[in-house]
Amino acid sequence: MTAFFFFPIAIVVLISASLVIFFRNPVHSALSLLLTFFSLAGLYILLNAQFVAAIQVIVYAGAIMVLFLFVIMLLNLDKVKKERERHPLQKAFGILIASLLLVVLGSVIASGILYGTKGIYTVEKVAAIGNTKAIAGLLFTDWILPFEITSILLLAAIVGAIVLSKKEL
Amino acid sequence: MVPISYYLILSAVLFTIGVIGVLVRRNAIIIFMCIELMLNAVNLSFVAISKHLDSLDGQIFVIFVMTVAAAEVAVGLAIIINLFRNKETINIDEVNIMKW
Repeated sequence: MTAFFFFPIAIVVLISASLVIFFRNPVHSALSLLLTFFSLAGLYILLNAQFVAAIQVIVYAGAIMVLFLFVIMLLNLDKVKKERERHPLQKAFGILIASLLLVVLGSVIASGILYGTKGIYTVEKVAAIGNTKAIAGLLFTDWILPFEITSILLLAAIVGAIVLSKKEL
Repeated sequence: MVPISYYLILSAVLFTIGVIGVLVRRNAIIIFMCIELMLNAVNLSFVAISKHLDSLDGQIFVIFVMTVAAAEVAVGLAIIINLFRNKETINIDEVNIMKW
């Protein structure tokens, strides 16, 4: 059942992610990225991570993509000149280096190194208490300090964004 | 049942697509989108390994990664708007004043 859904979703992820870098128009790239986010949410559901799937849709597909589209429309890119290539070999070298990276990552995965001690949250146990409840239980006990530091990070981001985008303070 | 290595391979390919985008494209907004792609690839492997190890720590880390991504996008897009305001371009080849 999982395999039945995995391969179509994986193909959609790969195609839409490739289209992000192939489209010339940034709006088309943004919409393609939106499709990638939604299909990744589908993969999270296949992995029994329902809460992560929900915040993937809400935070990424909702908040971040709206921010992207908003900026694209704010910038009025019609006036901007088309991307032209400064260095003719740039594309070839970029793809070459990225494929080398893929070879490295692939060889690590192929070697089958997956260390780590097994935790206590098996699929059945998480299903019994509920995915969101289990995450909340961990987040507000063991991970409370990182959680609070995150709030400081968000505050810094808010202040930074306002300072940067104001014309004069 | 899909083996975890399939998810990891998908994550690696997705990350590579993001790297290609950052290296090849010159539009600052598209480079930002490719950084989001790379963050999503990492999130996917976090969740996959979290399931593989019967642990929820990976999913909690995904929440933190998303928070950092949101903060990064807010500040980064503010920088891009400022860049456009000052130089009328978002082509990163033309923004080379700090390049040696």
